[in-house]
Parts: sequence; structure tokens; C-alpha cells
Amino acid sequence: MLVWSRRGRALLWTVFALVFVPVVLAPLAVLVLAAVAGSWNGVLPTGYTTGHLGDALAGEQVASLSVSLQTAFLAGIGAVIVGVWGALAVREAPPAARRIADAAMHLPIAVPSVVVGLGLLTAFSRPPIALNGTMWLVVIAHFVLVLAFAYSTVSAALERTDPAYAQVAASLGASPMRVLWRVRVPMLMPAVSAAASLSLALSMGEVGATIMVYPASWRPLSVTIFTLTDRGKVFLASAETVVLLATTVVILVGLGVATRRGRR
Amino acid sequence: MTVLDAHLVVERETFRLDVPLRIAAGEVVALLGPNGAGKTTALRALAGLRPLTAGHVTLDGLDLDRPGSRLWTPVERRRVGVVFQDYLLFPHLSALDNVAFGPRRRGLAKRDARAKAADWLKRMDLTDYAARKPRHLSGGQAQRVALARALAVEPTLLLLDEPLAALDARTRLDTRTELHTHLGEHAGATLLVTHDPLDALILADRLVIIEDGRVVQEGDAAAVTARPRTDYVARLVGLNLFRGHGDGHDVRVGADFPLAVADRVSGEVFAAFPPSAVALHPERPEGSARNTWPATVASVQHNGDNLRVRLDGPIPVAADVTPAAVAQLRLVPGREVWAAVKATQVRAYPV
Repeated sequence: MLVWSRRGRALLWTVFALVFVPVVLAPLAVLVLAAVAGSWNGVLPTGYTTGHLGDALAGEQVASLSVSLQTAFLAGIGAVIVGVWGALAVREAPPAARRIADAAMHLPIAVPSVVVGLGLLTAFSRPPIALNGTMWLVVIAHFVLVLAFAYSTVSAALERTDPAYAQVAASLGASPMRVLWRVRVPMLMPAVSAAASLSLALSMGEVGATIMVYPASWRPLSVTIFTLTDRGKVFLASAETVVLLATTVVILVGLGVATRRGRR
Repeated sequence: MTVLDAHLVVERETFRLDVPLRIAAGEVVALLGPNGAGKTTALRALAGLRPLTAGHVTLDGLDLDRPGSRLWTPVERRRVGVVFQDYLLFPHLSALDNVAFGPRRRGLAKRDARAKAADWLKRMDLTDYAARKPRHLSGGQAQRVALARALAVEPTLLLLDEPLAALDARTRLDTRTELHTHLGEHAGATLLVTHDPLDALILADRLVIIEDGRVVQEGDAAAVTARPRTDYVARLVGLNLFRGHGDGHDVRVGADFPLAVADRVSGEVFAAFPPSAVALHPERPEGSARNTWPATVASVQHNGDNLRVRLDGPIPVAADVTPAAVAQLRLVPGREVWAAVKATQVRAYPV
């Protein structure tokens, strides 16, 4: 794009390949290879096995995957609901309140995830609200981190929709409640689906805050991968990563298909 | 029987709309005016999308809006149907569900609402498109769905905001004809907001012309086109219009220019003649025309098969001439010519 001469374009593609292959593709390829490697002493693995993948789909590891999924769904659903509500509410608010609320909703993007984790840990480690050692601290951390993204996705879509649609609905006899549920929210569905996908993907890969707050009974897969790597079990960690990636991709594709079907 | 009786007063910082409006059952009234005249403000006030500052909206004998006695009916409780300029069909609903939306909200069961919607689509010749989403409809089809959606709630007052403006020229022609038929069948009152004189002349029984928030002229098409009362209306209907002081067979217009007219007149009058009545000559003509004056060509533009020449001079006029005449007289901006208009072609009427 934007470069029209043939040579220029060829050069651009080469530069792109030189950046893309080692930075994005190579690590992924190595990961997949490591997941099925028996032993690895040369440039390529010297033997192949499905053992690691088998281990990654058994016992403790599956429980960890399930924890990741549950966390992602709980945090994602929460973030989408609050994000949609926030976007609608902010839009209706008077201009001054609107700017403040909009900035507040975007705040978690600016705060490092470790800080979010630490903050939650110190805030909820003692009564009156002691959540230390429960799954809820993990879910809340993820919720806080993905909310800003869900909000800004929906809010951007809302900015693009003509408020006159609500007036049309009202002129046809729809009460404000009906307008909300029959017109405004349905018209936001593509954005809601995008926000859900984004929330799920972010949550599935979250480590920074999770590692600060997770209890032994609620260890998401991302943290498991981190600790496995830390202990030198690189092949198993790679296999876990492949499982995590595959699961996330399947869910995102599923969500995408469902949305497209609903819109047709 | 008067269905709508309204006096719309809406005040903004620099603008004031003050328009009395009455529409009878089955009558189609066009609200015509230049951009910024307050047409859309008037429509939104009637729909309940903009509160009045003063005045009232009374529909079927029932006050909907009367700021004087703090009375206000929200848009969803008015028996008013609106066709918006860009149609604004709900993109997530099929054509059928778009039309069924209104009946459903007004208390019909889902099945009955959809049956009613199907009936309306059939009337609009759109049965085959019932299941389509709006983005798979053409402009003309979308316009008809929007009309069906507004009519399906059986509104006492139907409001149309520039209903044909979003269509291309060819579609507009067909759709205008269909719209005429459907508006003819509508039992309630209809208000059509437009800046296109052709829409107004074809679709409306009566024209209300507003400029700068006020009514400047009102009447049926024949009356308005025959006797325009402002420059805007004159330009709309394609007439040269002057206001002046009449005495006998002369009307003194502009900087004391005497315009001879056929009628006998006195006092403040309008004098109007069509551009086709203006003849152009290279020299001072010696024919029978009573009005002749030297003029300078200001511009030459296409106007249908002819060319429209704008002339500066003692009175600024537009003249329609054939391309042949343009070539023969070498009509280019700056060229000096003589203009002539027969007295019998000039219509004069009291202000």
C-alpha cells in the first residue's frame, strides 16, 4: 500500500518479511516444535513425541486451563456488561461529567498490571473485605484490566451510531426502556462481540497482575506456564502454551462466526 | 375537519421560529423554504423531538404541547409518524421487522404486528424484500420501507423530512409518483418538509413557504406559482419578481425604473414575468415591446434545452434564450445587449 513502483514494493515486502519472520513467526514455530520435541540438542529437535501435549491435557494442567477459561469468562462477561453500560451512561452524561468518566474508564490502560495486582492485594487482604486467597481476587484483577478495553471498543462504536435511531424508535411508540433493549443495544452487538473477544484474549494471556494475586487453588494456565518455565520444564511449558493458544483461537473464531451469523 | 392545529414557536439564541400551521384530515401540506429557514425545527417540534418555547400543538383536539400551561407529551405517546431524511431503518432488523416495530410497541401481539407489517409491505410492492436487512435494499426500496414503517402505526399526523432528497434523479421520479399515491390514501394529516419545489408542487395540496422562521407565503400550487411574494419563491417557480409602486399601466421598480404592465394598477404591487418573456437584441429594438433597456450579460448557464442568461442593468433579470441566439448574439459575460419585455407578459398584483 502507498508504494506503487514494483521494486519499491518488493523491497517493502522483504523488509516486512525480515522483521515478521524472526520476531513473530520464529518464536511461534520454535514453541510448536518444542511442544512435540523429544530432545533438542542441535538446530532442530532430535526426536519427536506427543507426550508433552498429552501431559498438558491431563490432570493438574487441565484444571489450570479450566481455571483460565472460567476466569476469562467471568471477567469478560462482567467487563462487557459494565463496559456497555458505562459507554451508554457516559454518552448521556453532561459534557463535564462525561470527560471525567471517560478518563476514569480508560485509567486501567495507563496503570501497569503489576500495580493493579499489588493494589488489589493490599486493598483486600484484610477485613472488612478479605478476598486474599480466593479466586475472586484473580477474577477482579482480570475484570479491572479488560474493562477499559471493552469500554473503549463499545464506546467507539457508540460514537459512530446516529442518535437519531433512538428518536425513530421513540416516534414509533417505544418507551425509553424499549428503545434501549430493542434498538440501542442490538445495534451495538458487533462491538459487544468484539469487546468480548478482546476481553477473553487479554484475560487468557494475563500474567502480570495474576502472579501477584493468585491462590494455590486458582492457578490460571498463564501462570502455570510461567512457573514451569521458571523450573526449566521448557517442553511442557511449550506444550501448555500451544494448548492455551489453540483454545483461545477456537473461542475467538467461534465468537466471530456466531456474530456474523446473527447479523446476516 | 382540522386535524392539526399548531402554533410553533421555538427560540434559540439567534433564531426564532414562529409558524402557525393548520392541516385538515387527508390534506398534504408542504413546508417549503431555503436551508436554515426552520423547516426541520418545525418538524422536530411537531414530532416531540424539540420542545416549544411558546405556542401550542393540538392534534385531533388534544393538546400535545402547550408550554403556557406546562403541558408536554413525549414523542412515544404522540400519534405521529415520521419518515426521516436518511430513512434510518434499523440495521439489525429485516424490512418486515422494521415495519412491525411500531405496531408491536403500540401493543399488538408479535404475530399480529408481523401480519400487519407484511400487509404494508405488500401495499408498497415489497413482499419479496420482507426478509432483507436494510443494507441489502436500494434507496427507493428503503424509502418505501421507511414510509410503510411510519404509516403502520396509523398516525394521525404523518411527517416527512425531505423524503426524496437521498435518492438519485431517476429513482426520485418513480418514488415521487408512488409517494403521491400513498399520501393520497393516508386519512390523517400530512406535513412534507422539503426544499425541492417540484416535490412540493406534485405531492402537496397546499404550500406553506417559510423564510427565516416566518411564513412568507401560503396557498395552493397555482396561487403560489402565479403570484410569488418573495425573491426566494420567485426563484423557486422561475419568475423575475419586482416590487414597486404602481400608477396606471406603469410600475416603478428598482431605482425608479418604469415597468409597463397590461393591468391597471395603483399602490404597492408586485410585478412578475417569466425568463422566457425576455427577448435579447444587439441594438435597440424597434418592435412593439413597451419595455426595453440596455443590459450587461453577467452569466450564462444551462437550463434544460435552453440557456439562462443573467443580466445586470437598471433591473437585474434572468432571460431564457436558445443556444442559437447565444451564438448569434455572442452572449458572453460583459457583453452589452438590449432587453425587451412585452407589457402583456408582465403580471402585476397587489402586495
